[in-house]
Amino acid sequence: MMRTGTLLLLIPFSLLNGPLVGQGLDPALLTKPATGAWPTYAGDYTQRRYSTLTQIDRTNVRHLTLVWLRRLTAGPGGGEGGFFGPPAGPPAITGGVAEQPVTMPGATSGSPRLSGSILQVNGILYVSAPDNAWAMDALDGHVLWHYWWKSRGGIHIGNRGMAMYGDWLYFETPDDYLVSLDAKTGQERWHKEIADFSQQYFSTTAPVVVGDHVLVGTGDDLDAPGFLQSFDPKTGDLQWKFYTVPMNQGDPGLETWASLDAARHGGAQVWMPGSYDPETHLYIFGTGNPTPAYTAMLRAPRDEHTNLYTCSVVALNVDTGKMAWYYQTSPNDTHDWDSTQPAVLVDGMFAGKPRKMVLQASRNGYFYVLDRTNGKHLLTAKYSDAANWAEDINATGQLVRNPEKDNTVAGSLVSPDNGGATNWIPPSYDPQTGLFYVVLRELYAMYYLTNKDPRMLVGLGGSEQDVVGSAGSYIAAIDYQTGKLAWRYRFEGGFGGTGLLTTAGGLLFANDGAGSLVAFGLQGKQPPVPLWHVQLGSVDNAPETYTVGGRQYVLVAGDGAVWAFSLQ
Amino acid sequence: MDSRRRFRFLGSVIIALAASLCASRSPAQAPPAPPQAPPAPPQAKQAGREGRGNRPPDYPERPPAAPEQLAHGQQLFGGNCSFCHGSDARGGEVGPNLVRAQVVLDDQHGELITPIVQDGIPARGMPKFALSAADIADIAAWLHNQPLSDRGTPSKLDILVGNATEGEAYFGGVGHCTQCHSVTGDLAGIGGRYEPKAIQNLIVSGGGARFGRRSAGAEPSAKLPTPTVTVTLPSGQIVRGELDHFSAFIVALRDSDGTYRSFARHGAIPKVVVTNPLQWHIDMLPKWRDADIHNLTAYLVTVK
Repeated sequence: MMRTGTLLLLIPFSLLNGPLVGQGLDPALLTKPATGAWPTYAGDYTQRRYSTLTQIDRTNVRHLTLVWLRRLTAGPGGGEGGFFGPPAGPPAITGGVAEQPVTMPGATSGSPRLSGSILQVNGILYVSAPDNAWAMDALDGHVLWHYWWKSRGGIHIGNRGMAMYGDWLYFETPDDYLVSLDAKTGQERWHKEIADFSQQYFSTTAPVVVGDHVLVGTGDDLDAPGFLQSFDPKTGDLQWKFYTVPMNQGDPGLETWASLDAARHGGAQVWMPGSYDPETHLYIFGTGNPTPAYTAMLRAPRDEHTNLYTCSVVALNVDTGKMAWYYQTSPNDTHDWDSTQPAVLVDGMFAGKPRKMVLQASRNGYFYVLDRTNGKHLLTAKYSDAANWAEDINATGQLVRNPEKDNTVAGSLVSPDNGGATNWIPPSYDPQTGLFYVVLRELYAMYYLTNKDPRMLVGLGGSEQDVVGSAGSYIAAIDYQTGKLAWRYRFEGGFGGTGLLTTAGGLLFANDGAGSLVAFGLQGKQPPVPLWHVQLGSVDNAPETYTVGGRQYVLVAGDGAVWAFSLQ
Repeated sequence: MDSRRRFRFLGSVIIALAASLCASRSPAQAPPAPPQAPPAPPQAKQAGREGRGNRPPDYPERPPAAPEQLAHGQQLFGGNCSFCHGSDARGGEVGPNLVRAQVVLDDQHGELITPIVQDGIPARGMPKFALSAADIADIAAWLHNQPLSDRGTPSKLDILVGNATEGEAYFGGVGHCTQCHSVTGDLAGIGGRYEPKAIQNLIVSGGGARFGRRSAGAEPSAKLPTPTVTVTLPSGQIVRGELDHFSAFIVALRDSDGTYRSFARHGAIPKVVVTNPLQWHIDMLPKWRDADIHNLTAYLVTVK
């Protein structure tokens, strides 16, 4: 009864509050590979997106079939989409501070953009989109409640999902609020402003709950400083705030900037969820690009100006918010290539010794292996053949830019394009094959510097990038011990992918970029074999898997709907 | 299919898609703002840019100030503030950039700026100014009217740095351009049809791209040759046509009389061979030297 004990300790009211809709999350689930639940952004804290479930495997996946699909509608009056006219409708809850909310298709009406992770806890799904959240029955997709946030604006590019603590949910809004809901009812518990709207922050990422901390990142495309904050899950009070750039005289890293003013406008946004290592209490996450993004003139006129801690993998002690180590993947980046990609925690052999590692395939086209206990660099490898912007690798495995491949007035042909060799799309690590799988996009763009006055180059200004060609998009399978590609699978006729999932059943689930969800069979380091697919129109998030009532499901969002598959 | 949803993650991928065999299925995204449009507000870049469509601004826009107020504000700024903060308020020798200073961003009508101007910031060397609140409100209006960033503003810079003679030699020589192209045939008058940047992008992409701007609102109408596909069925029958779409699981085409046909794919059956007329341009992507691109551009702009 260990589990009940923990529950009672955490949420003493949960068993007294009427029907047990959305029974609380047992935090012990967060530190194990996901099986009966999907309780946090990546299924578990490692961000491997590898499930130990084996009910669906290579031999039977061809029998995978649709159990239910549910269309969702955003905004006031939204909720469950009706097929025969308006549905009776689930309870609708409205929150938000805007007196005159902005009108934003996909947030205030129409089909929501479901590109985030969906939580599954005790048979209930928790789904989010910008300004919208739903609870659904995992057995049939029945909508239990819908919450809509009246927005004052902000960039509505996506919402990566919710976090859960006991019976409480947390999600971020584009207009910079952290909102906590009661998971049973969808009623709002509180909301807290997490960033300065006037500086054009916008918040898309999924919070991550670790112990008694809700870890909250945000984003900004102007030139405001990046930070990660920790909030109290009960009260929403700020526990600590870690700036990813130097903010005051004497701050570490200031010597890597041309001036304090440049550092304070230096970016390094934390717009993706991090990983957590329970042994070391380290929360490990990536940071965004420096700003101004496309020229180093004002922020990094000399070689030693690497602009810490932009484009870095950073490890913080989750209890104190103090930095334990960092590793900068792209010193003084000039292409807007963040290093916010998932930092995947892997225990395994490296150079003949067991090691606790963190693996990242960065937007810049390179793959990094670090020792996660101390940040020591172990390996840098190029996983995008097309990447042509670097001229050297230094002694610590960092790339050295070729200045001819910066933004230039005459134009430079560069790969990757602005979107990067990969982006927010989650990779997966499969311990059975020892391979790290990542969606790779090989686009080329002409990068033009459009303004020679560096003072005009605020944020993402001063550059025009015209995509002029594609060498295709792929799943790349990287052997982390050597950095070599075991194989790459080309998405014929499609482009993209929205994230990967591997299972102990020898399967790799992926969006083929042409509207299909595909299950590939994996055998060691052999190329993948497509065993099953279904055409959904579009696949919009990374597939997930879990069991409910002993039955394994594969869940995906696409085309404004949630789709659940299982074996018949 | 709604192009914005289809390409939501890919941002400005349209051109690449065109070049990578999906041309017939890739409707255009909203084109970039025409040159005379005011600077767009900074946009999301986490996953690349998306078409704006008819979306409202992401951040509240300030109501426009009266021209005379802006003129008065600029005059006052020039006389009192520009010595330290620069004539465009983007920072000078000693004063910081005011356009994106947080106090200016938070200020509405001078209410936050006024006490700073009237009291000064002695610790940082900023003196007091004996300006009235009304005058400072005009300065604030002018500051608020300055674009935060030039993001999205078309460049006025001259990209032509190449050597036209070397470009011509490359065109007819090691570049092998003349195997498909001719400056008296398909490229006749290209220098008068497109801006240099559009020509340069076309050199690399081979066309099919919606980039560059010949003039306000107009786009180059480069005609993209459609990829063709040959499907060999297990019976030995061969079906050819223009590629409509394909994936690992389907191939669809229009045959010579316009009939739409599609075939399920099971691994290598049926045999599918796609021929992209732009394959040369795709194969060149990793091989280009920027200098050759620049020289070719310099040459082709002279082809009037």
